Amino acid sequence: MNLECKHVWEHISGYLDKQLDRELLAAVERHLAACEICSAILDSTRNILILTADDRTYELPLGYRERLHERLAGVVGRARE
Amino acid sequence: MKSAATTNEAALITRVLAGETELFHELIRPYERLVYVTLFAILKNEAEAEDGAQETMISAFRNLKGFRGEAKFSTWLVTIAMNEARKRLRKAKGAREDSLDDTAGEGEGKFTPAVLTDWREIPLEALERKELRGQLRDAVARLPEKYREVFVLRDIEELNQEETAAALGINVTLVKVRLHRARMMLQKQLAPYLTSETPFRAPGKPTRGFFGRWFL
Repeated sequence: MNLECKHVWEHISGYLDKQLDRELLAAVERHLAACEICSAILDSTRNILILTADDRTYELPLGYRERLHERLAGVVGRARE
Repeated sequence: MKSAATTNEAALITRVLAGETELFHELIRPYERLVYVTLFAILKNEAEAEDGAQETMISAFRNLKGFRGEAKFSTWLVTIAMNEARKRLRKAKGAREDSLDDTAGEGEGKFTPAVLTDWREIPLEALERKELRGQLRDAVARLPEKYREVFVLRDIEELNQEETAAALGINVTLVKVRLHRARMMLQKQLAPYLTSETPFRAPGKPTRGFFGRWFL
């Protein structure tokens, strides 16, 4: 099975999530090994996911936890500290 | 076999329901971040997200007896948070944009990613830049709602496909389709800043499973 670039693009997510079946995976890997453009698309997509999972991308506001438990205390009662 | 944490969680829930309501504080402590980030990524407004997170937790407390343990407690909480976010979004946007969202279809046409020919010149340090994280947040916030919801649950909260499908009330196939579209839309917007010869690994944070093979 030989894939064109545009077909590889449709499988980038499946590839990153390891959901491609064996035959398709082999074809995608063969293509990636030979195609700098698709390798770059894969790398940039993967980097987005790595950055997304970085805790610094979404940070909690200062004092968020305290205010949350303060408000909850009015509803459920004080935590035992 | 259930993990110790899950067993402990189930015990906490039982005790809260039996009247030790103050233990609810302990029960939700591991999920404070999960709930806030879900709301923030959808609403992109700190004050709204914080208020929504508080409402989510209060709602979870009031409806705790409705939690049957069929889903994970975290998934149940995220579902409440997502509904809270949707409610606030509707209120902020009004009806006009909603109808646009609903008629947008699933984007059946082929998607073209950003193609970069000079990708080796992008320095890895670019990923460490604070602005880049801001650009990612903005790009996520600009995704059409149905794609953003799936991206938030799958790639920010790291729910699995089945959990995401259950939380959003859609099927797993649609989760896959929307996730792929969301990622490709983000790739198109952010690729000029994000491409590098070697993937970046965030310092001090373990690499997620599906990237593992790339760092061998």
